[in-house]
Amino acid sequence: MFDDVFLKNVSSLTNVSRRGVLTGLSAGALVLAVGLPELGNAQEQKGPPKFGADRMPNGWRDDPTLFIAIAEDGSVTITCHRSEMGQGVRTSVAMVIADELEAEWDRVRVTQAYGDEERFGNQDTDGSRSLRHFFMPMRRAGAAARTMLESAAAAQWGVPVTEVKAQGHAVVHAASGRSVGYGELAKAAAKLPVPERSTLKLKDPKDFRYIGSDRIGLIDNFDITTGKAQYGIDTRLEGMLYAVVARPPVYGGKVVKFDAAEALKVPGVVKVVPIDGPMSPTEFNPLGGVGVIARNTWAAMRGREALKIEWDEGPHAGYSSDTYRKELEEAARKPGKVVREQGNVDEAMAKAAKRVEAEYYIPHLAHAPMEPPAAVVRIADGKCEAWACTQGPQAARTRLAKRLGLPLENVKVNVTLLGGGFGRKSKPDYVVEAGLMSQAMDGAPVKLIWTREDDLSHDYYHTVSVERLEAGLDADGKTVAWLHRTVAPTIGALFNPDAKNELPNELGQGVTNNPFAVPNHRAENPEATAHVRVGWYRSVSNIPHAFAIQSFAAELAHEAGRDQKDYLLELIGLPRQMNPNDLGDTANYGEDPKRYPIDTGRLRRVVEMAAEKIGWGREMAKGRGLGIAAHYSFVSYTAVAAEVAVDDGGQISIPVVHIAFDCGPQVNPDRIRSQLEGAVIMGVGQTMTAEIAFKNGRAVQTNFDTYELARMNTSPREIHVHLIPPVGPDQPMGGVGEPGLPPVAPAIINAVFAATGKRIRQLPIRNQLAV
Amino acid sequence: MTKLTVNGIERQFDGDPDMPLLWYLRDELGLTGTKFGCGQAQCGACTVHIDGSATFACVTPMSAVDGVKVTTIEGLADDGKHPAQVAWREFNVAQCGYCQPGQIMQAAALLSTTANPTDDEIDSAMSGNLCRCGTYTRIRAAIKHAAGLQQNVRRG
Repeated sequence: MFDDVFLKNVSSLTNVSRRGVLTGLSAGALVLAVGLPELGNAQEQKGPPKFGADRMPNGWRDDPTLFIAIAEDGSVTITCHRSEMGQGVRTSVAMVIADELEAEWDRVRVTQAYGDEERFGNQDTDGSRSLRHFFMPMRRAGAAARTMLESAAAAQWGVPVTEVKAQGHAVVHAASGRSVGYGELAKAAAKLPVPERSTLKLKDPKDFRYIGSDRIGLIDNFDITTGKAQYGIDTRLEGMLYAVVARPPVYGGKVVKFDAAEALKVPGVVKVVPIDGPMSPTEFNPLGGVGVIARNTWAAMRGREALKIEWDEGPHAGYSSDTYRKELEEAARKPGKVVREQGNVDEAMAKAAKRVEAEYYIPHLAHAPMEPPAAVVRIADGKCEAWACTQGPQAARTRLAKRLGLPLENVKVNVTLLGGGFGRKSKPDYVVEAGLMSQAMDGAPVKLIWTREDDLSHDYYHTVSVERLEAGLDADGKTVAWLHRTVAPTIGALFNPDAKNELPNELGQGVTNNPFAVPNHRAENPEATAHVRVGWYRSVSNIPHAFAIQSFAAELAHEAGRDQKDYLLELIGLPRQMNPNDLGDTANYGEDPKRYPIDTGRLRRVVEMAAEKIGWGREMAKGRGLGIAAHYSFVSYTAVAAEVAVDDGGQISIPVVHIAFDCGPQVNPDRIRSQLEGAVIMGVGQTMTAEIAFKNGRAVQTNFDTYELARMNTSPREIHVHLIPPVGPDQPMGGVGEPGLPPVAPAIINAVFAATGKRIRQLPIRNQLAV
Repeated sequence: MTKLTVNGIERQFDGDPDMPLLWYLRDELGLTGTKFGCGQAQCGACTVHIDGSATFACVTPMSAVDGVKVTTIEGLADDGKHPAQVAWREFNVAQCGYCQPGQIMQAAALLSTTANPTDDEIDSAMSGNLCRCGTYTRIRAAIKHAAGLQQNVRRG
């Protein structure tokens, strides 16, 4: 549950954002939004290495004319160029701009940018970096617009601009008591040049009204609670058709031949269309197969059932999780590519008073956003327009253009709300499929949807891995040697089918940047072959790495006869700041290692906070136990403390979880809390029950009856979130969407050990404790 | 020919009697607030009220809805003023929001029969409705708050 202060304060400010209103605004009322995009920024510069938003494709923009429109009635429309998938970015970006703009919240609306990175800057909504990368550019955009409004008012009154001040959606001249509203000023302000970036005066953070406030209601709250919110699957166009695709049942397979006769007899089916595939490399291309286009979704689905298709199952038809796990384990028991080395691990192991080793298995997972992949495309006069629930509208646009053979400027991708993303919707294969279906219908609008079976059978799955850990303890029980072998198919195989080692940014998710104060430390990465599409899933490789490292830390505490939390703090070591490059991590989430060092003091603080809040060390009833785990990811710091109860039959429940979190400065604390609450619940699902296993190249779990996610009755009734206040406004901002998840599973598993003495090394737990 | 009432409007349907109510609502009537999530009564995103009872539209064929009254999220209350909708906004329950119309319809049905649901009653009523974002703690809090709002209205 959440703090009482939150219950009282939340949503006392409200807002609405309705499409109809926004459409009405666009006809001549958009006064500020008439400028041309300002393209110059650091992305185009040559020279030293770039970090953060500067190193992302197309970088960032801070031109107010791109993001802020003020109508003559004074209403402010803010354009959000990052995709909304539940993280609250449409609300949070508006808070940032409105604050600097001195706009009144109830007069702010939000519209969604279409995919155009040259215009808006980078739009890849992933990597927990929307506010990390765009907090400052959006502040500058707001401040620049505010300055233009002040200049316009000063000119109107013939007074120096230093004598006027923007406040409460108006500019005031205190000396004469005059005031003029933003709506009246907008036209004149729009004629002024955008002020130079270096001249902008940003607000003093102590004067923030919205940034850091817990009182802002979600901008889409009304639409969501009344069913008016428009997701990709909800798009409706005049004369629209509906399509589903029969894809090869095994990754890499293809159609040998098909017979559409029975499908075409299904009432409502209008066309059956083969789709070329598979492509190599896989990238974001459709998998191939046979599409069925009909007058409604049901007819398309019935038509697909009636298809007769002979498949060539391709090279991965033997992929079965049972045997693949053994392959990974064998690889983990032999040396592999050394990816990190400090001290002399072999010598220290040889001298150790005690050696400990353990292997952990973490299965594939499917993203399973509640809204499955869906898109609508129409093509007219050589121009293609798409409506899609996409995290990567620019990628959707370039892939559509390439596959349909259209110039990029003739392709427009409108971004709808996303009914969940979690990384799945970064890959626009489904948008391209919709484009192919429309093309087959001479450009008629076609809505393509994936059923849940499609989604779980053809996902870009979270990787599967075996993590092997070995440690040497000295006579006092202190860890003096650490060897981590991580074996997992890599996301890199999407782009290079021969890739068998984890990418630096996968290894940099807990392995090469593990901050433990152990003098002799080696990490190895033996090879693994990908037999399915492996893709980014919320928190990515941090999930297996944190599970293994934080479980093993607790195992070492047990071997040393020490308290789990105290031993974890000892492993983390004294508060210190380390350059991740010095540890062996070259990625650091794309951030400057000097600006974003790994700070063990911050990691210690979240551990201590979570432990204190759950009452670490208290007497526990029989069958009850506490566990703790901590992890650095997406340049933020998280610790989770969990209480579990295990009954005589081995059934586990998790009554309460505390999560302590330090992401530095906070824009929207309510959305930070909601992300962490959600991370705990997602983590509970993948700890207890969720798994995608393969047999003969096919996913075994194809709907929610067997892919069992956390439900209300299996989730903790109490989730307490504790946010560490930032040390100051200059502290760099960390990510929020992903870092909550990795420590959840090991905290629960460690609590299960405390409750039962049984060590779980394979996720999910399922019936491993059943008696 | 199937005759039914949807959000107070009489409708007729003479298409495939096997077509689930979900696709009739979404594709034929354009009532897209009722969501597709699984097609197998596993997630609750498609929850509507049939004669007042919470029902999964994805497994309810059109042949089974002759003569019934269907209420969708669009017809639950004028201007989103059902206590559950109000409570959902007050607690900022939603993350992505996709499952929330189904959650709200399920909660509204619970509140119509159980004025003050206990935690166990909430678990029992709501556990057929999945939320991948993980909003369950807020849903629970919002249902309890909505129960209070509802009683204030009745006492009114």
